[in-house]
Amino acid sequence: MNDMVGIVIVSHSQDIAKGTADMVRQMVGSEVKVAFCGGNPDGGLGTNVPLIIEAIDKAWSPKGVAILVDLGGAETNSEMAVEMLQPERRNLVVVCNAPIVEGAVMAATEAAGGSSLEEVRAVAEELSVA
Amino acid sequence: MSLEPEMFKSLVRAAAEQVIASAPELTALDQAIGDGDHGANMKRGFEAVLGKLDLIGSQPLDEAIKTIGKTLVMTVGGASGPLYGSFFMAAGEALSGSKQLPDDLAEVFSRGVGAVSARGRSQPGEKTMLDVLFPVLETLKAEAGQSDLIERVRTTASEAVARTAPMQATKGRASFLGARSVGHVDPGARSSCVLLHAVCNTLEAGQ
Repeated sequence: MNDMVGIVIVSHSQDIAKGTADMVRQMVGSEVKVAFCGGNPDGGLGTNVPLIIEAIDKAWSPKGVAILVDLGGAETNSEMAVEMLQPERRNLVVVCNAPIVEGAVMAATEAAGGSSLEEVRAVAEELSVA
Repeated sequence: MSLEPEMFKSLVRAAAEQVIASAPELTALDQAIGDGDHGANMKRGFEAVLGKLDLIGSQPLDEAIKTIGKTLVMTVGGASGPLYGSFFMAAGEALSGSKQLPDDLAEVFSRGVGAVSARGRSQPGEKTMLDVLFPVLETLKAEAGQSDLIERVRTTASEAVARTAPMQATKGRASFLGARSVGHVDPGARSSCVLLHAVCNTLEAGQ
């Protein structure tokens, strides 16, 4: 009954990723699993497929994982990371088309209520429509 | 043209070394219209490829090409990692199926280009690497078997890069600049050209 959709935050900047995760934890609490990553393999600004895969593993839930990203490369690398997961996990991870901070907070709030992955994604993506 | 393992290793080495040598130029192009990391990202990715050259040289061709793709995906750290990575993984996959080199070169290349287009949800004309890859694919299809194919590919790539300068970017980071992206060559198109030229030059030298 404790299963809640996990949240992964992927930013080009590790500081932004961590700060976003901090905000989610403060506003939603610690019951939703939140993992974050940022930076390229040398530690500079960028994103990084192995770290994204690791974050998905950390936030893993049988109900799935919603990923929030900042700019283009974060989205492309996140989609690539999802494709490199075990086949049975691939359909349980979505990359949300939503602003990273607001999207992460809204997604985590929805996840905390026990919602499905699709519901969590829909709530985050409502932010992009307005 | 036949692709012996030693020749394939030479191609990979030359392509990687040329991209690494071009890093400052790619960075300068990317600073003009992107976030300035294309040179450093490509350098990191292709240094990792060079580090796996012995493994790559020991694998069957399809596996070797997939290894290049996976290595780029895991090490580049920008969108170009999944884009170039998808190219090589799809091309390798085509060779794992029924396709062979050099007979099916255009078809194998086409699978790679298709994967880049799908990964980036992009089409030619949007000021990206596809604006080099698509014209080269057309040349490979139209000129297959011609004795001057290498020269034609090289020329096609050079001309295609130059044609990205007047384009306005609608994909990738450069699209944020809108009309201000006009007048600059696309860094991804340039890196594709560097790779293609390295392969062409090495094949020619080995003939």
